[in-house]
Amino acid sequence: MGTLGKAFTDAFGLLWNLDPSLVETVALTLQVTLAALVIALLVGVPVGAAVGLARRLPGRWLIVPLIYTGMGLPPVVVGLFTYLILSNQGPLGGLGWLFTPAGMIVAQTIIALPLVVGLTMAAVQGVDPSLPVQMLSLGATRRQVAGVTLLEARIGVTAAVVAAYGAIISEVGAVMLVGGNIEGETRVLTTAIVLETRKGNFALALALGIILLGIAFLTNFAFHRLQVRQGAR
Amino acid sequence: MRAGSIIFVALVILAASCSRGGSGDVQVLRLATTTSTNDSGLLDALLPDFEAGNDARVDVVAVGTGQAIALGEAGDADVILVHARAREDAFVAEGHGTDRFDVMYNDFVIVGPSGDPAKIDGVPFAADAFAAIAAAGAVFASRGDDSGTHTKERSLWEAAGVVVDADLPWYKSLGQGMGSTLNYAEETGAYTLTDRGTFLSQSAGLPNLRILVGGSSIESNVDPALLNPYGVIPVDPDKGGIAVELAGAFVAWLTSVETQERIGEFGVDAFGQPLFYPDSEAWRNR
Repeated sequence: MGTLGKAFTDAFGLLWNLDPSLVETVALTLQVTLAALVIALLVGVPVGAAVGLARRLPGRWLIVPLIYTGMGLPPVVVGLFTYLILSNQGPLGGLGWLFTPAGMIVAQTIIALPLVVGLTMAAVQGVDPSLPVQMLSLGATRRQVAGVTLLEARIGVTAAVVAAYGAIISEVGAVMLVGGNIEGETRVLTTAIVLETRKGNFALALALGIILLGIAFLTNFAFHRLQVRQGAR
Repeated sequence: MRAGSIIFVALVILAASCSRGGSGDVQVLRLATTTSTNDSGLLDALLPDFEAGNDARVDVVAVGTGQAIALGEAGDADVILVHARAREDAFVAEGHGTDRFDVMYNDFVIVGPSGDPAKIDGVPFAADAFAAIAAAGAVFASRGDDSGTHTKERSLWEAAGVVVDADLPWYKSLGQGMGSTLNYAEETGAYTLTDRGTFLSQSAGLPNLRILVGGSSIESNVDPALLNPYGVIPVDPDKGGIAVELAGAFVAWLTSVETQERIGEFGVDAFGQPLFYPDSEAWRNR
């Protein structure tokens, strides 16, 4: 109980004093996760909608299980893969992205992308199949069909956003490997929690966990407001 | 009915996973230790002998020295095997452990890129080399994790008269284990402080790094500040739930002449030199 109680007072103290290293860590956490999420959405929503609508896609029997498998990619494996790609000996070593936020964004985009594609696809498939048929017969373009279908499926698409964000803001394996947990450069909330746990500062580690949950809640709250507003339109 | 049987199966699985190990009468010793003793493979080589001799199982929790000490303080370990002398003595003085026993030692070395921008190759004393690294502003990778190695590194910066923090562009505080820190140094051409054992056991994957301060073996390391002694401490029995007798048997076994001999032989075949040197009282008085 002592450690638990201290965790809450520590969390409050860090927030109240706007601890500079905490502010830096939170800012980088938001920068990396939101950038990865936006990239994953820009690529993943159109791809997911396309796969969902193309019911007679050749190779669909293989593509769909592959996407579902990707939804369960272990972050540490993604981190290892990205590490080897970005390493000096790797094919993209010349970019110099290893141990930088750019490399962390690459890894987290790879984690988020299958979640966005898979859940968007499922949401689009849940829309009444006669809708696209009717729209096409009324002369709509394929792009218009996809747009309207996505609007119909917006609750499922929001779930894709929330699931993808939840996966990347809470993962530690990929950002630890690719970022290196460098203080003031690539340390994010999850890697800071691992570090403080290793140091035996259990209360501080839990305090950071409480702050992480708070940020996740605020972000999801914002997503939810967005969804409600769209629904009212 | 179907939901009921699913819940039943779930409960059976839960119950089965709660009984640790299975064969109920095997005693368990919880050993909290540093990553260096475990990653080097030393414990894997030594422990089966103890487990067979005492009809016991040793659960090794390999963490940083800071966390190992915290586990002992909380009574979540029966015995700790760490390397940060001042903190070990404080652990015993505060009543968390009964007594500290010498076990073995190895040494720290400074490794860095072959190009050696700070020109520290062959500098005999670590503090002078650290001062040169700071003066050159060459990139240095710190464990930054409150481990025994990090504790040693901080004392060396102090001896060099350099105040380090994360705002210095060349000082990288990683907050990671020794293996990851060495990989970082390899990739970025940074200097770092490492125990010789971990560097040797990992050196095949570190073509760009070489030992610059500390010499090719412990005999040629002239800086006493780079000595790295390990101690074993049984956790205070008053914490409750401590395997007191088994912890005592473990300490007696680890410091015995026979086990010490095996510590001294470990790694000779693979690396041409031991990774740890025996140093228990029984060994010194043999």
